[in-house]
Amino acid sequence: MIEFLFYIFASVLIGSAAMVLFARHPVHAVLFLIVCFFNAGAIFILAGAEFLGMMLVIVYVGAVAVLFLFVVMMLDVDFAGLKADMMRQWPLGLLLGMVLLLEIGLIGWSSPAAFPEATGENTRAIGRVLYTEYFLPFQVSGLLLLVAMTGAIVLTLRHKPDVKRQQIGQQLKRDPKQTVILTNPKTGEGVG
Amino acid sequence: MNGALTIQHFLALSGLLFSMGVVGIYMNRRNIIVVLMAIELMLLAVNINFVGFAALHGNLEGQIFSFFILTVAAAEAAIGLAILVIYFRKRGSIDIDAASELKG
Repeated sequence: MIEFLFYIFASVLIGSAAMVLFARHPVHAVLFLIVCFFNAGAIFILAGAEFLGMMLVIVYVGAVAVLFLFVVMMLDVDFAGLKADMMRQWPLGLLLGMVLLLEIGLIGWSSPAAFPEATGENTRAIGRVLYTEYFLPFQVSGLLLLVAMTGAIVLTLRHKPDVKRQQIGQQLKRDPKQTVILTNPKTGEGVG
Repeated sequence: MNGALTIQHFLALSGLLFSMGVVGIYMNRRNIIVVLMAIELMLLAVNINFVGFAALHGNLEGQIFSFFILTVAAAEAAIGLAILVIYFRKRGSIDIDAASELKG
């Protein structure tokens, strides 16, 4: 039963990965990427890594795929022109893939070893290890995310000339005596 | 529960996925968005390998490592897409072959 489920998820994963690479429009490619990540999450759960499977769905589908979608929709790119000369090199690409697959297959070929029984307490176990033994890498990965966020903001920040910004120094130096005038206009005449 | 699954399943799946990522990078060289997506697929293949071996040996180190790969992949996607956005702003296209100013 588990093996059957694995084959279903794996074939959908491979098929949608192919669609990611050869979809006509990048929006479709991103949607197939989401299908890929869902199936990979299901495969992780089959392997006993429930927490990681859920994390994959949250991080990839919730953050990375949405980021890709935003960028694909924001950029006005001539995708048809990019696609046109892609098919010219397919024999070499296929050869490259076949050679790589053969080599990976030669490395990975050994007698099948079945998985031991999963305990079903994956999340608790990961929490126990992650916050004790791997605490420093955990913190460093948080720092890495902070750096990535700051970098992405700084890279894409644009200073437009017509945007009004705060100028703290000048604003603090203003004297109310020079900028505010007290008048006492008469009725019906207004401020002269 | 996992009696029917072997490490060979995971090795075959991740090998296939990784090769597809490499082929995708090769075939879509002009479209940086698809290249980034192919890199994500390759990282996913590596993650599948890690999770498979973690399940095979019954310890959590592979899953922890996979967790960090997930973090780095998210950061990499964010930075890559930011660079893509400023590149598009400057050039009006996302063709990698146009980025040849550093060529000697």
